[in-house]
Amino acid sequence: MIVGGIDVGAKNAKVVIMQDDEVLGKSIGAMEIDRKKSVRSVFERCLSELGINEKDLKYIVATGVGGSIVDFADKVATIVSCDARGITRLYPTVRTVIDVGANESRAIKCDAEGKVRDFAVNEKCAAGAGAFVEAMARALEVSLEDFANLSLRSTKSIPINAQCVIFAESEVVSLIHEDTDRDDICRAVHDAMAGRIAAMARRVRIEKDVAFIGGVAFNKGMVESLRRELESELKGSDFIIPEDPEFVGALGAAVLAFEM
Amino acid sequence: MLVLLEPQFWRLKCKAYIKKENSKGRATDMSEEGSKKEFWRWDEYNWHDPDKDPKEAEILSAGVDVGSVSSQAVILADGELYAVANMRTGHNSPDSAKRAMNWALEGTGLKLEDIHYIVGTGYGRLRVPFANRAVTEIACHARGANFMYGPTVRTVMDMGGQDLKVIRCDERGKVISFSMNEKCAAGTGRGMEVIADLLRIPITEIGDLSLQVDEDPPAISNVCVLFAKTEVMGMLYENVPVNVILAAYTSAMAERVAAQVKEVGVEKDFVITGGIAKNRGVVERLERFLGVKSLKTDIDYQIAGALGAALFARVLYQKSLKKK
Repeated sequence: MIVGGIDVGAKNAKVVIMQDDEVLGKSIGAMEIDRKKSVRSVFERCLSELGINEKDLKYIVATGVGGSIVDFADKVATIVSCDARGITRLYPTVRTVIDVGANESRAIKCDAEGKVRDFAVNEKCAAGAGAFVEAMARALEVSLEDFANLSLRSTKSIPINAQCVIFAESEVVSLIHEDTDRDDICRAVHDAMAGRIAAMARRVRIEKDVAFIGGVAFNKGMVESLRRELESELKGSDFIIPEDPEFVGALGAAVLAFEM
Repeated sequence: MLVLLEPQFWRLKCKAYIKKENSKGRATDMSEEGSKKEFWRWDEYNWHDPDKDPKEAEILSAGVDVGSVSSQAVILADGELYAVANMRTGHNSPDSAKRAMNWALEGTGLKLEDIHYIVGTGYGRLRVPFANRAVTEIACHARGANFMYGPTVRTVMDMGGQDLKVIRCDERGKVISFSMNEKCAAGTGRGMEVIADLLRIPITEIGDLSLQVDEDPPAISNVCVLFAKTEVMGMLYENVPVNVILAAYTSAMAERVAAQVKEVGVEKDFVITGGIAKNRGVVERLERFLGVKSLKTDIDYQIAGALGAALFARVLYQKSLKKK
């Protein structure tokens, strides 16, 4: 049986195709102005790369903030349940998942079967999401990759007082004018965001093992800052970061489709 | 919630609204070529009363309000408004305080040493190098509003660049209670500047444009200014006219602010100070949501804090004379 999982995020659409219990292929593509078309094109690209026909798919489950726009899906599932399903399929020992995307962040507690026990979400404020880092990288005029790497070189921690992205931008500009070391500013941004994500994650009472997923998990500077922030909860262990951290939600959707 | 970082498409749509560049050719941080105009920028000015001779005044007091976005200096001659300067805050608070004060003094024939007592207020109040005292902006706004609108004022809402304050005060302008939001740009002047820049519409025209609709569209649903920006871009793509977008944004802002005012409660008379008070779109919607009209005055709403500081300075100077 071939099934598909589609995770429509704020910035990217992710597609995972599974046959029985095996992942056949996956694709990711940016969400453009015409959102339905964007999803469709990522989906079709994935199918054509695999050389399979849409009719061969038994079930399709959509998820994510734009899950409801996928009109060719058989079912729409919440991203929280898909994240939990996806991560436990990859790492059954995970009990807490931290998912940081472009516009939203979530912390989910789950059991060994991938059932959701508790969760906390931030979808109102960009301060705890990838958009925060992107805006700050733009203010500093460095690429996201460089922004993460520069942060790792810093040895000094300086606080950013503003919570709001818009205000933090002015604060970063002031730091630039004060000739603050660029490495330290990059770290300060990650530290500030890590503080916010950690506060959200603590609301579900973090239990080991802890996985970090979503596009922001690619950012090594962010991972380092969050690791520092959650030191006491991690108790010497480390985050589990899957190979493709942004596909976990889509994978979970595919797992749910398989179970239909 | 689509995320679009490329501004080309909305630039075309807004072309009709792009006004000629003004003469203030300042350095700009916008990266695109040929777009030197900063749409968020409001008019900076200085003024003094040419009919008054400050040398005749017994007490010259001054207040400097260094806010996160704007700085004002006010000079009072025997408790009467004599000189004002209102400008953008730079990256350095002491510098901004000095520049505002010097600009207010410009053309008056007065020097800084001629001022008997100076009070600093606002976000950068502790970093006004020449101030005799610092007073919180809450106290100064209440005092300033009392002077501007008279003793009937009981609720002052200060809508500043980076925070929003609701102050309840008595007939002498003394603070009874207040509430403050300084965490989030939604509902502040800074948020409005971001939208002005995005839509390439001079910030001073937003209020009037937003009222040019038959009926208000649904308010922008995102709270976060960063997400609202994305929502606005989506509306432009769907060919929603710019005045409708502005109506949706100002409605959202007024709704949000109204919720905060209601927490403290509105007692008449109600007044709005700060830069947003100049935006008719926000003010009229806010009045509608709260079911109360705000008093109007000829004095610049933005100088309430500095004016209050100057009034405090006058009283403090009189006290210091008595001690001697």
